Amino acid sequence: MSRDLDDLYQSVILDHNKTPRNFRELPPPASHADGHNPLCGDRLTVWVDVDGDTVKDVTFLGNGCAISKASASMMTAAVKGKSRADAMALADEFQKLVTGKLDGAAERKALGKLQALAGVSDYPVRVKCASLAWHTLKAALAGAAEPMSTE
Amino acid sequence: MAVDSGEAGTRASAEGSELTVPATSASPLARVPAQALDVAAIRRDFPILSRQVNGKPLVYLDNAATGQRPLAVIEAVRRSMAEENANIHRGVHYLSEVATLEYDAVREDAREFLNAPASHEVIFVRGTTEGINLVAQSYGRSTLRPGDEILLTTMEHHSNIVPWQIVAGQTGAVVRAIPITDAGEVDLDAYRKLLSPRTRIVGVVHISNALGTINPVAEMTRLAHEVGAVVVVDGAQAAPHMAVDVQALGCDFYACSSHKMFGPTGVGMLWGRSTLLESMPPWQGGGDMIHTVSFSGTTFAPLPAKFEAGTPAIAEVIGLGAAIRYLRGVGFDAIGAWEHELLVRATEAVREVPGIRLVGTAREKAGVLAFTLAGVHPHDLGTILDADGVAIRAGHHCAQPVMERFGVHATARASFAFYNTLEEIDVLVRGLHRAREVFA
Ligand SMILES: Cc1ncc(COP(=O)(O)O)c(C=O)c1O
Repeated sequence: MSRDLDDLYQSVILDHNKTPRNFRELPPPASHADGHNPLCGDRLTVWVDVDGDTVKDVTFLGNGCAISKASASMMTAAVKGKSRADAMALADEFQKLVTGKLDGAAERKALGKLQALAGVSDYPVRVKCASLAWHTLKAALAGAAEPMSTE
Repeated sequence: MAVDSGEAGTRASAEGSELTVPATSASPLARVPAQALDVAAIRRDFPILSRQVNGKPLVYLDNAATGQRPLAVIEAVRRSMAEENANIHRGVHYLSEVATLEYDAVREDAREFLNAPASHEVIFVRGTTEGINLVAQSYGRSTLRPGDEILLTTMEHHSNIVPWQIVAGQTGAVVRAIPITDAGEVDLDAYRKLLSPRTRIVGVVHISNALGTINPVAEMTRLAHEVGAVVVVDGAQAAPHMAVDVQALGCDFYACSSHKMFGPTGVGMLWGRSTLLESMPPWQGGGDMIHTVSFSGTTFAPLPAKFEAGTPAIAEVIGLGAAIRYLRGVGFDAIGAWEHELLVRATEAVREVPGIRLVGTAREKAGVLAFTLAGVHPHDLGTILDADGVAIRAGHHCAQPVMERFGVHATARASFAFYNTLEEIDVLVRGLHRAREVFA
């Protein structure tokens, strides 16, 4: 097995780790969800501000490894402005990317900058680090659908 | 609500982490000159140590998670399975007789290993976790009353916390934590104040897997006995690294795991004082643990069978016997001295790396070096070291209260065994520098 660390820790990932984008809280009525990876103790919170069908703003705060932090940061940039359905679809595509299940180059290209995280698929134990933010986003979006939720 | 971003804690006390090596140590770790151990010869006993990982020689520094197995253990398990496999304690045929003899003989090895007064006081269990659960569910559940207190140190492994929380929920007893100091030592003054006639059980880890601290179990036991409490010792990390003497410790229960002491997984030992074990109800029912069974009532077998329901891990117990004999052959004086040398050298070398904060700087320490590196999350460090063939553990080490106490989310941990070398420490330190460069 030969894996290249440089594929995993690409400069764009290191950059997002060091200076995460949208690294802040959103005030209500933005909804939020907490993500927790019990295996490693990583925790993060994702806020979404949904206006009608549009994800107006996405932010996060949390603690985790470079992969989880960069993934969350890049996610906020990728999802902002998308429709709810497109955001959900992107989450599914991203999961395929980091588990090495994307079919063609075209499918890969559609992920844009997120492709930088493709290297994770060579590190099965690190997949959860990359997908934590996206799972949490889905939960936050689900929460935003039900403003009455007593979370 | 905000989740803090964590690195602040990493930088906060990069300085001032002191490992004091006592000049005249009462611990068994400093008696014999390190040369007493022929490390190169020992490494040849462990086949896995000559393999490569990611194209580099394996540097195995995750011994606190599990030890590696010497040929003697591998061969004992193979022989049991290939040549002597049968169920025990039931057949009259030849193979069953051989397997039964081999299995039962290990109990005497185990007794000697723990310096227990009698071999029937040693119960074979699945491991430390099951041993503690047995004590909690049998002794704890049958004796605890509402308001009774269970004292546990803050540095316990989850396996010496959760079983007590469960039995506390069942009985109305209360679990209380004994504080630890900034160095990672039990705060004995606070412990003395917590002890009271309400204290029924004290749980203490002999050596902390997260901090390396060797706890003053004998002293803590003496104090617990003054208030009539029973002491349960988690020996998972001590059994592979120091001579255990349950009589000298004075404790009431002692649990450890075969796989951490270079034996197979799936088996461990629980020693208990026979007066206690005899008074305790069985915690699992089934074959092998009965005297007679009828639908009008069942009588239980005497110790140790009363606590060993069902077919045990036969080959694994036999493998554990081989591990015990292997350790006896190497000797804990030599093991302790070499591991102490490794710890001291590794501590010195790792502390030279800028941004290192040691977590766990007790005066009495075993070969566990836990730390954080500013700007590099332990998981990323683990991945980067792995590329060099270096296996460490990153995370909370099943000791989340320890992480909370030291204000970190996770640590990186290198843990040593007697087959580790000074060259391997160099590889570790080079990896730490490399990680700093990657994340510069
Ligand atoms: C201090 C300590 N206690 C208990 C355990 C649990 O041992 P096992 O998983 O073998 O039951 C461990 C293992 O990680 C440990 O390090």
